[in-house]
Amino acid sequence: MSLTTRRARMAATALAAVLVAGGLAACGNDDDKPAEGEKPAKLVVDTFGEMGYDELVKEYEKQTGIKVELRKTAQLGEYRPKLVRYLATGKGAADVTALEEGILNEFKANPRNWADLTPLVSDHSTEYLPWKWELGKAPDGRLIGLPTDVGSLAVCYRKDLFSAAGLPTERDQVSALWPDWNGFHQTGQKYKQATGKAFIDSITAVSNGVLFQQGSDLFYDKENNIIADSSPAVKAAWETATSMVDISAKASTWSPEWSGGFKQGTFAATFCPSWMLGIVADNSGEANKGKWDVAAVPGGSGNWGGSWLAVPEQSKYPKEAAKLAEFLTNANSQVEAFKLKGPLPTNLEALKNEAFLNYTNEYFSNAPTGKIFGESVANIKPVHLGPKHQAVKENAFEPAMRAFENGQASKDKAWEQFTKDAQTQGAF
Amino acid sequence: MSLSATTAPPSPAPPPPDVAARRRRGSLLNRLDLKYSPYLYIAPFFLIFGIFGLYPMLRTAWMSLHDWDMVGDHTFIGLDNYIELFSDDYFWNALVNTFGMFALSTIPQLLLALFLATLLNRTFLRAKTFFRMAIFVPNVVSVAAVAIVFGMLFQREFGLINWLLSLVGVDQIDWRAHSWSSWTAIATMVNWRWTGYNTLILLAGMQAIPKDLYEAAEIDGAGQWRQFWQITLPMLRPTFLFVVILSTIGGMQLFTEPLLFANGSIIGGNQREYQTLAMYMYEKGIYNLSTAGYGAAVAWAIFMIIVLVSLINFILVRRSAK
Repeated sequence: MSLTTRRARMAATALAAVLVAGGLAACGNDDDKPAEGEKPAKLVVDTFGEMGYDELVKEYEKQTGIKVELRKTAQLGEYRPKLVRYLATGKGAADVTALEEGILNEFKANPRNWADLTPLVSDHSTEYLPWKWELGKAPDGRLIGLPTDVGSLAVCYRKDLFSAAGLPTERDQVSALWPDWNGFHQTGQKYKQATGKAFIDSITAVSNGVLFQQGSDLFYDKENNIIADSSPAVKAAWETATSMVDISAKASTWSPEWSGGFKQGTFAATFCPSWMLGIVADNSGEANKGKWDVAAVPGGSGNWGGSWLAVPEQSKYPKEAAKLAEFLTNANSQVEAFKLKGPLPTNLEALKNEAFLNYTNEYFSNAPTGKIFGESVANIKPVHLGPKHQAVKENAFEPAMRAFENGQASKDKAWEQFTKDAQTQGAF
Repeated sequence: MSLSATTAPPSPAPPPPDVAARRRRGSLLNRLDLKYSPYLYIAPFFLIFGIFGLYPMLRTAWMSLHDWDMVGDHTFIGLDNYIELFSDDYFWNALVNTFGMFALSTIPQLLLALFLATLLNRTFLRAKTFFRMAIFVPNVVSVAAVAIVFGMLFQREFGLINWLLSLVGVDQIDWRAHSWSSWTAIATMVNWRWTGYNTLILLAGMQAIPKDLYEAAEIDGAGQWRQFWQITLPMLRPTFLFVVILSTIGGMQLFTEPLLFANGSIIGGNQREYQTLAMYMYEKGIYNLSTAGYGAAVAWAIFMIIVLVSLINFILVRRSAK
C-alpha cells in the first residue's frame, strides 16, 4: 500500500468517523413505537402558567402506577417557542401538551402534528360547553384537544375609588350600573367628572370584551378568509372601544404603566378573566387587599383565553396519554384545579358543582367568584377564530387601536393601519 | 558435500518478532503524529465552527429559498422571498430604525470611549485599576436587567427621566410613541452598556503606542492636543477599526433592548417605531410559524448588510489615515 493511498484512506476514515458521530447525534431518536398495549413507565405533561394539576397528577400516579412528570413553564411567551421546536424537530414534546386558544388555532392548520383523540377516549362531546368542545376540533374533523378552562370575563373594580367618586360600591349595584357598554361608558364619565382621573386601564381591554360577545365571525369567515375590514364584530369592537378613549388611562395591558397603575390607582376598573384575578392581586399588593371587588361585565359575558389538552403525534404512548388528558379534564379534576389555582371549568357538571359555586375570593372582598364567573360562562357565545387570530389581534388590531389612543394616528388612519396589517399578519 | 559443508555467512540473529513489530508500529505512530496531529489540534475549532457557525448559516440559506412552514410543509420557491423583501415596507422601516439607533448609539459611544480612554491613559490619574474596572462593570450586567431598569426610567407616567425633565419645565414625553424618543431611549441603554467595553479596548490600543514617539514630539514642541491628533489617533487606527466593526455587528443585531422596551411586543411600538431588523427577522421567522422561509431571507439580508457596512467602515477608516 503506497503512502498516498494510505493517507487518503486515513483521511477517509477520519472523515467517516466524524460523519458517523455527527449522524448518530442527529438521528438519536428512532421512532420505534412500543408494542401495542405496553404500559409506559412515565408520561410527561407540559403546561404553562398555573393550571392547577400539581395534586391531580399525584392522584393519577396512585391510581394507575404510571409516573407522571409535570413540566411547567411560567410564561406563554416562552412556552410557545419550545413547543414549536418540539414539533419542528419531531422530538422532545410531552405526551400531554396544554394548548392555549391562540396556539391551538394556529396549530390547527397542521393537524397531523396531533393525535386524533376520537378513537382514544370515550365520547365526551355533550359534557362540555358545546362551543368549547367544537373549538378543539381541526378543520379535517379530527379531535385534537380536550377542553380545560375558559377565560370568562368580569369587571374588577376598586371600591374605595368608586365611593370617593360617589358611585355605588356593592357588587350587584355596580353590575346594575352597566347593563350594556353605553352604561359602562357613562359610569366612566361620571367617575372622571368627579375625580378627574381615568376610569379604565386601556381601550384595548374594552375591545377584548366586546369582540367576544358578538358570537359570530371575527377576523376570519368560516372558510378562513380574512374579513378584518368588513367583519361587523370587529367593527363593533373597534367603535365601542375607540369611543371610550376619554375615560382611558392609556396603560396597555402588561406594560409597566399598567402594572404600576394598580398600586397608584390610575384607573378604577379593569376587565378580569378569572385567570387575571391573581395578577390583579399581585400588582396591587397586600396593601390594597379588600379594596377590589368583582362585578359582571357589560353585555353579560365574554371570553379571554382558555386552553385545551392535546397529545402530540410524536408521543410514544398516545393511548395512555389520551387517558391522562381525559382524567385531567373530567368534572372532578376541573373543580380541584379551580380550587387550587383558579382556572375556570368548562365541564358542564363541574360548573354546577357545589364547591365551585360556593367558592369566594378573599382578596376581592370575598366575592363569590365561582358564581360570578360561572354565570358569565353560560352566556358565552361561540365565535369562529381563524388560524392567525392571535397574531391579527396582537400585532394589527391592538397596536392600531393604541396608536389612536395615544394620539399617534387619527381614527381613520388607525383603521387603515389595522386593515393593512391584518392582511399580512393573518396570512397563513 | 562441500556445498553442504559451506555454512551460511553468519547473519545477525533476527530480532524477536514482537520487538520488530513494535519498532515498526512506533515509527508509524511517529509519522502519523508528525503528519496529522496538527490537524487534530485545530480540529475542535473547525468542528465547533462547522456545527454552530457554518451549518446554521447554510441551513438558513437553504430555508430562505423555500416557502417554509415551521411545523408544516416546505415548498421550494427560489429567490421569491428575496424579491418580496425589496418591496416590503416593514423591512425598510426596520432597516431605517436599525440604522437610526445604530447612529445614535455608535457615534456618541465611540467619542465618549475615546475621551475616557485618553483620561485613563494619563499619568497623573490615581487609582487607575479601580477606574478601569469600574468602567467595565455595566458590561457585566445582564441585558435583560438593563432593559427592564431603563424601561422603567423611561416610563411615561412614573418614570424618573420624565420627572427630572418636569423639574426644568419639559412636558411629559411618551417615550414609546415617537421614533426619535424611542431611539434615544434604546440608544441610551446600548451606550450605557458598551461605552466602558470600548474604552478598555481603545485604552489597550493607546498603551501599545511607543512612548518615545510622544517624547520626540514633546522635544519638537508639540502640545498635548497636537500629540493626540498626530500620534494617538493615527496609531490607534487598527484598534478603532476593530471597535467600529464590533459595534456595527452589535448594532445591526440589536434585539433584546428594543424588545423589552416594547414590553415584549415583537412589532416594536404601535406603529413599529423601533422595530429593528433582528426583531423583524424574529417576527417573520419564529413568531409567525408559516413564514419561516421569509424570516431566513431577512436573516441573510442582515448578514449581507453587516458585511457591507463593515466593508464601508474598513475603507473609510483606512482612507482617512492616508
